[in-house]
Amino acid sequence: MTVMSVPILSFLIYFPLLGAVILLFANRRNSQFIKIFTLVISLIELAASIPLFFKFDDAAKTMQFVEKADWFPEWGISYLLGIDGISLLLVLLTTFLTVICVLCSWKAIEDRVKEYYITFLFLETAMIGTLCALDLVLFYIFWELMLIPMYLLIGVWGGPRRVYAAIKFFLFTMAGSVLMLVAILTLYFFYYNSTGVYTFNVLELYKASIPIVKQYWLFGAFALSFAIKVPMFPVHTWLPDAHTEAPTAGSVILAGVLLKMGTYGFIRFAIPLFPAAAIDAVPLMSILAVIGIIYGAIVSMMQPDLKRLIAFSSVSHLGYVMLGIFAFNMQGVQGGIYQMLNHGISTGGLFLIVGMIYERRHTRMISDFGGIAKVMPIFAVFFMIITLSSIALPGTNGFVGEFLILLGAFKSNVVYGTLATTGVILGAVYMLWMFQRVMFGVITKEENRNLKDLGGREILILVSMVFFIILMGVYPKMFFKKMDTTVAEYLAFVKTKSAQVRVLEQDAAGARVAKEIANKNMTR
Amino acid sequence: MPEIMLTGWALVLLIVGGLTKGSTSFKVSGILSVIGTACALYFAVNLWGTNLDIFNQLYTIDDYGTFFKVLFLAILMLVSIISMRYADREGIGSGEYYSLLMFGVLGMMVMTSSHHFITIFIGLEVMSLSIYVLCGLLRNNMASVEASLKYFLLGAFATAFLLYGMAMVYGSTGLMDVVELKKYFLAKQPFSATMFVIGMGFLVVGFGFKIASVPFHMWTPDVYQGAPTSITAYMATGVKAAAFGALIRVFFTAFIPFHFGWSEIIWVLAVLTMCVGNITALAQRDVKRMLAYSSIAHAGYILVAFITGDRALASSMLYYLMAYSFMNIGAFTVVIILAKTGDTGSDIDSYAGLGVRHPFVALCMSVFLLSLAGVPPLAGFMGKFYVFSTAVKAEFYWLAIIGFLNSVVAAYYYLRVMMYMYFRETIGEPGAVDKAPQYGIVMVICIGALLYMGIFPKAFVLIAQKAVGIFS
Repeated sequence: MTVMSVPILSFLIYFPLLGAVILLFANRRNSQFIKIFTLVISLIELAASIPLFFKFDDAAKTMQFVEKADWFPEWGISYLLGIDGISLLLVLLTTFLTVICVLCSWKAIEDRVKEYYITFLFLETAMIGTLCALDLVLFYIFWELMLIPMYLLIGVWGGPRRVYAAIKFFLFTMAGSVLMLVAILTLYFFYYNSTGVYTFNVLELYKASIPIVKQYWLFGAFALSFAIKVPMFPVHTWLPDAHTEAPTAGSVILAGVLLKMGTYGFIRFAIPLFPAAAIDAVPLMSILAVIGIIYGAIVSMMQPDLKRLIAFSSVSHLGYVMLGIFAFNMQGVQGGIYQMLNHGISTGGLFLIVGMIYERRHTRMISDFGGIAKVMPIFAVFFMIITLSSIALPGTNGFVGEFLILLGAFKSNVVYGTLATTGVILGAVYMLWMFQRVMFGVITKEENRNLKDLGGREILILVSMVFFIILMGVYPKMFFKKMDTTVAEYLAFVKTKSAQVRVLEQDAAGARVAKEIANKNMTR
Repeated sequence: MPEIMLTGWALVLLIVGGLTKGSTSFKVSGILSVIGTACALYFAVNLWGTNLDIFNQLYTIDDYGTFFKVLFLAILMLVSIISMRYADREGIGSGEYYSLLMFGVLGMMVMTSSHHFITIFIGLEVMSLSIYVLCGLLRNNMASVEASLKYFLLGAFATAFLLYGMAMVYGSTGLMDVVELKKYFLAKQPFSATMFVIGMGFLVVGFGFKIASVPFHMWTPDVYQGAPTSITAYMATGVKAAAFGALIRVFFTAFIPFHFGWSEIIWVLAVLTMCVGNITALAQRDVKRMLAYSSIAHAGYILVAFITGDRALASSMLYYLMAYSFMNIGAFTVVIILAKTGDTGSDIDSYAGLGVRHPFVALCMSVFLLSLAGVPPLAGFMGKFYVFSTAVKAEFYWLAIIGFLNSVVAAYYYLRVMMYMYFRETIGEPGAVDKAPQYGIVMVICIGALLYMGIFPKAFVLIAQKAVGIFS
């Protein structure tokens, strides 16, 4: 492992927190200062995260930028940070989207500005911490920490039913994570019993060979926790509420980063820790993913509320990610990870778009719009590009991800692949239909006739989103080469590990049979 | 020795209370009490590492007892600081108040520093008698008087059970010393006498009452609500810790050979305690009462570690009690700050909009509530983590799952208070908030302790582990 002289990951984690603490002492009436200060902090954060991308060694098979310190050695808890090709891209997505969120809240948030930005910076700390932590306790602490600021963001600055949505969000995700905690502890003591070492270090725990039955239980607990976060089909119900009620920036960060924590958790923890169980769970997970894809798409079609529509489309998109991850081949997994980034940008972009017209019209009902393209031409262009990226038009980022996922899915199982493809069609249907109803046709409402087109700040936000949509669509290699080695390593690891467990199981079963036979012979 | 120090000081306070008059007297007593506690705390800390039996084995000085002594004195210190303002406001202006607080702590210390039934019983009585009086100190308040009477009557029952239990164990073995009992049982295995089993059951009932475990919890909400809030904080932390201290000592020494027998019973008690406490707390609209029910639930969490019978891991209970004391005292302090004279205004509506009206108080309350809910990186999380890891280690998986699910239920009602503080507009005309530096000091101490214990639990865990070293 390489140890950097500058603890860059710790810096990335605690710098926003430092900013939040400084903001605590700011004068609450000087909201202009607070906004600029937060923007500066998030820009420095973004700038500090960019060197990660270039200094990252594409060929290295291990974690990079590792930081390790003893925290509670008697219990095997350590302060262990590190990133690989997967977390690298997600960290960059986080720092990028945070800047976007700060910018897009500029005018939307007028109430309790100081608290709002403090909450946001605190959230950034928790998110980056979650992505970098390689110690299960450290990970869990950051994981739970993400809940509080999001709870406040929805509950304080959200829409009319915000309190209900905030509590539902908190309880759903917390219920999932407590099960994970039991599983973490079980794993910890299991590892101790088999090796005599107490450790929460994930890289060490990967090496444990866990009997298959135990794997089922532990995988189940981890998977449920992450599936709630993703959200997968039957446990997705908190998401539309949370999305709809959250303020624009909250929705962006929720869709962009927080949901990714679920899929990231699968790749980082649930699957490599319990590979045999994960491979056995492929049919179940794939079916749920396919149901999520189709169900999310159909429900989206029926939504009268723009934000709810996008929220349900997230269920569908995240279904693709899950399908890709559980295809267990290079295309599927890479596609899944790429789709995680895409969804962060495309869906984040859609939420921004909705936020912008909501600021102008104070409604999100599709029926309140129509024909806006004529009054807001610039807006229409951006909206069009982002919509097309969301339905995966070739040339945009969405296409690359979805294409790879479907390729991987077909390779592993034709049925899932075929079913998932119908989701692509449905996706095009509901998105284009939505776009047509909002933007084209004759203007029916008088209020829409005098809408102002986008301002400079809004254009800046959308340009940066569109830049990545195109860049990732046209030149995906730049991103893929960062994760190639990591994903190949990961897949090889999962496969050998699961095969080992099975061999061990067979040996054990064989030994049991032999023993029984021997016993029988003895009694005879 | 801290006990002598405390007794002497309590007597001095009685005299001072008699000599001076009015609210000056009260202020003087308050300051004297804090000084006395600090001295006792100094002596108690110095006892660390000393192990000896005195008075014919009737009294013991060991790390386990010292740990609890320090904890009780810390609680006493915080409660005294709160009382300097609170008791004055509520008109409990008499010097006996602090003396009683000190005598109560004396009882607690005696309870936990002995492995002889008689001494444990004497300690329990000294503690209980002080608290019966303290509960009823709001003489003009019917609820307070009722609380006192209720606690006295039910407490007397519980004491009787405890005494019967001790007598029956004595009757079947002829021994009253916990350590001797353990040797006796180990020598005479298998040992089973009906009288002994009933006696052990009675002991569970007696201690169960003091720690407020279901189904012996019925008194808790009324008494906690009726008592002056500073006394509620004192009871919820000190009395509970003392009862746990004695319970752990008795069961983990004398009855450890019968672990398989009582752990089944306590399993049921723990699950009931967690579930009933949390579910009933859901329905409360009064924050003080909600905290009372939540304290029942917390007793359930501690019982989880108790069941495993793992003596090496009993330290998790000690750690939890420590964390729990700080968060509860903190939360009750906020209740005091918001309450109007006469202890009204602890209704959840009076918390609405607090985040705007008094951001600092709201922030403190949020920290305490989040810690109670077990959100990292606060001490409440580490406590839960430690306690439930004990359960997982002993392979009580279901117990751990039930426990964690309970903390989700609990999160709901803690969050509801936060929701009122931050998401709701102020309802009606909010009363003036009692802003006194004393409360601020206590809250800052509690928050500091919670953060420190949560982020750097190592030192505290090692101390707790050393304390339970006497069991191995």
